[in-house]
Amino acid sequence: MKENDSNPNWQSLANESGSSLIEKAMEKFVFLISLTTILFVLLIFVFIARESLPIFLGTVERSIVREPIPVNALTTTPPEELMAYLDLSADEFQSMEKETLELLLEVKLEELAQAPIGTDATIQTTRWRYLLLPFQWSGYDAPAFIWQPISQIRKYNIVPLLIGSLKTSLIALLFAVPIAIGAAIYVSQLAPMRIREWIKPMIEMMAGIPSVVLGFFALIVMATTLQETFGYQSRLNALVAGIALGLAVIPVIFSIAEDALTSVPQSFSHAALALGSSRWQTASSVVLPAALPGIFAAVVLGFGRAIGETMIVLMATGNASIVSWSLLDSTRTITATIAAELAETVFGGEHYRILFVLGTILFGVTFLANLVGDVVIHRLKRRLEGKIA
Amino acid sequence: MSRQSNINTVIKGLFMIILVLLTKPLVLNGETITVKGSDTLVILAQKWAEAYMLEHPDAKIQVTGGGSGTGFAALQNQTTDLANASRRIKPSESAACIRAFRKRPTEIKVCLDGLTVYLNQSNPIDELSLGDLKRIFTGKATNWKEFGGLDAPITVYSRENSSGTYEFFKRKVLHERDFAANIQSMPGTAAVVQAVTKDRYGIGYGGAAYSTTAKAIRISRSDESPAYAPNEANVRNQTYPIWRYLFIYVNPDQDRDAITDYLRWIQSDVGQRIVTEVGYFPLPSENAEKIQLTIHPTQ
Amino acid sequence: MAFATAIILAFAAVILSNILWQGWEAFSWRFITSRADQNMFDSQQAGVLQMIAGTSARVVLMTIFVMPIGVITAIYLTEYARKDSLLTNLIQSAVNNLAGVPSIVFGLFGLGFFVNFIGGNLDLILRPEQAAPYWRNPALIWASLTLAVMTLPVVIVSTEEALKAIPPGLREASMALGATRLETVIRIVIPQALPGIMTGGVLAVGRAAGEVAPILFTGAAYYMSGYPSHLTDQFMDLGYHIFILSTQSPDIEGTRSILYATVITLLLLTFTLNLLTILMRARIRTKLRTFH
Repeated sequence: MKENDSNPNWQSLANESGSSLIEKAMEKFVFLISLTTILFVLLIFVFIARESLPIFLGTVERSIVREPIPVNALTTTPPEELMAYLDLSADEFQSMEKETLELLLEVKLEELAQAPIGTDATIQTTRWRYLLLPFQWSGYDAPAFIWQPISQIRKYNIVPLLIGSLKTSLIALLFAVPIAIGAAIYVSQLAPMRIREWIKPMIEMMAGIPSVVLGFFALIVMATTLQETFGYQSRLNALVAGIALGLAVIPVIFSIAEDALTSVPQSFSHAALALGSSRWQTASSVVLPAALPGIFAAVVLGFGRAIGETMIVLMATGNASIVSWSLLDSTRTITATIAAELAETVFGGEHYRILFVLGTILFGVTFLANLVGDVVIHRLKRRLEGKIA
Repeated sequence: MSRQSNINTVIKGLFMIILVLLTKPLVLNGETITVKGSDTLVILAQKWAEAYMLEHPDAKIQVTGGGSGTGFAALQNQTTDLANASRRIKPSESAACIRAFRKRPTEIKVCLDGLTVYLNQSNPIDELSLGDLKRIFTGKATNWKEFGGLDAPITVYSRENSSGTYEFFKRKVLHERDFAANIQSMPGTAAVVQAVTKDRYGIGYGGAAYSTTAKAIRISRSDESPAYAPNEANVRNQTYPIWRYLFIYVNPDQDRDAITDYLRWIQSDVGQRIVTEVGYFPLPSENAEKIQLTIHPTQ
Repeated sequence: MAFATAIILAFAAVILSNILWQGWEAFSWRFITSRADQNMFDSQQAGVLQMIAGTSARVVLMTIFVMPIGVITAIYLTEYARKDSLLTNLIQSAVNNLAGVPSIVFGLFGLGFFVNFIGGNLDLILRPEQAAPYWRNPALIWASLTLAVMTLPVVIVSTEEALKAIPPGLREASMALGATRLETVIRIVIPQALPGIMTGGVLAVGRAAGEVAPILFTGAAYYMSGYPSHLTDQFMDLGYHIFILSTQSPDIEGTRSILYATVITLLLLTFTLNLLTILMRARIRTKLRTFH
């Protein structure tokens, strides 16, 4: 990257030569286009946060128990009461004809006839208290974390999903990190040049296996094989999904770690080798410590990739929303929940918004993971180049 | 310089492609019918579409699954022409549709289904009562021993909550109680059947058309009453306790000729023969004739 | 350490051999050239031509959207931007960030922004009198745009690499001969970096071809007749077809051979694309070596 250092020279050269109008316009154009990336990151954040905002602010209020208004009372009931009863905005109400309102009243009566009765019916289940803390719903023996979004009383406790996502990602990392880093050390430090040139592309090719293929493999082949080998109860579980997820994460961790290890200047290892240490000693006590932040970054970025992966966990975890840290229990992740449930929700409904809350959480977590990873790599690179002491 | 002209050709080519693609959609294609919804119905809808398009080469039908809830959501968002459903529309869903297009969606019965409960082929149990099923699926019963089977824990498989079958089962069998939390939910009926096929202690449920590799058991209304197998005769005379209609819902304002023709064809003998081929049960003939006349709002 | 490497390769070998072993018989020239709109689940007759067409259509459209924006951004970053200015850093970190956004979040974004927001507004502007949405539907164009946003960082990063690898001497020489900066970029920098830019494009296509999560809500269809012919059509897709065949097929055992053959098709596609990038990179590297 020596060339970069001379870059400012020719830039200043360019600034001296008088620029024409087209030249300036083009420069502006290029500049504006380059802002697209920032725009999209902002848009993603804005559009996902916007949909989940009512939940964060606690303004999703709905009343389930109401006095029924008979259809023939349409003309005698004051508009305000009707609007509240039918959940209509003033504009909507204005635009509707009498027949439509009658239809709505009719349907509302049917809804009330089927509405749940009992102590839970008045609970605003989208409040944070019900999203995060255990609660004893009627019909349950003890307070519990319950995710049952399709139910008369819709229960949206997200704790089982958070645990599910963390659990599968951690299993994936436990499986992937030792293997990927071991391979990175081998390829970058110990392997002969000829082998290195073959193995690196092969592991890079692994990154090219689409996640739906890994999910299919875990679901159809691995789940059965592992169950037959170990004889546990639940065929699809966090372990199966975690291993498949690990296979998806290995190439990510490998390539970042390998990059960090090779960016340690040759002078380090040459010095160690000259002092009589073996290749392995050099790798483990000189190169590895120097590249440690990079390896840390690789793990963090691998975590970001694992927790955001969708198809593998959708197909291989069994999707049971339980609070359990057991590796052999089935589990439900944030991503699989969004993928399985989003399509059926009504745009703007509370279930839809809760799923966007999950999306916001996911976005936040991966954002942090990426930020930490990138900052660490950046600093490591600069230190190895000798720019910071 | 040759490189320069190469780039120019490439850019010109790309520009042309963009131009063609951008102007093409402005030619509206009214004949495309979009079908969305129930996974139980999706294999049937797909077969229907195949056969219909063989007869009518100019028709174009696109089918997507995702669950009955998906179909209703799409109907009220007006992103589908037909919504497949394995349960009746809920009042809140009707209300949303009325707000969107000022009419109740029209309900059309398209076939009968005996909701089937699957066990692994090696499981000695051949019949269960509705009460047994309720205890298993709400997590009150966790061992096969309780039903005279092996001393082994029960692994329970269910459908995703977007599925109409999930809601139908919840209403009919669980009486609106919640499914136990440790139940595994699968993204499709085929996945449930496959899991039960592989899992010696598994139990799952789904539409009648899927029971090829797992064992479909007989169901009784209570422990005293006789158990019935989910076959055509038992479903038609309603002795099988968990039978249901499968539906298509349509926005009544959307009844373009293409859609009306297609729905009529579905209820015709040809359409109903495909129902049998796929593994569901055809409508009783009197029922079909009544709806064949016109498409009108329910009630 | 060599052991760890061996484990990775062993896993890859097991997966690939299992897939090849089970799917080889069903995978044939007939399979990839037959349509699926008749007998989609018949293992003797079903094919994946429509899925190949759908997947190709969405990646080609994606390429058209992503390449100009990605390449221009990279040009700005390497040729125009001041190093280490706040804005440059901001763009750089936006690029890194975009690369790490989970694919399902792109799916959410695609639905919320492209389908509902852009599509909804297009309906309001272009077809105000019709009630039924035409643009606000999951469609080919929205899936492609979603994927374009997702692969933007891939194109930017590899184009940047290609641009940085060009010796500054070339630019200086061009400017010294009186060319403006724009002329230098168009006549010297881009042609020199073209192989590298194309590598980025192929890499992006390889990444996008197998993605399913972003297209779940933005355009993939379970089944349709014929091929997508309009931007607003839905499409069948190889990856989504694998998902369908392994969870929603009417008879999983009976369609197992189609499933495996579809997996082979998708893997062949992504591996060819990846191999292509690796080879292109190797060629560029050797060329640069002789250059210096």
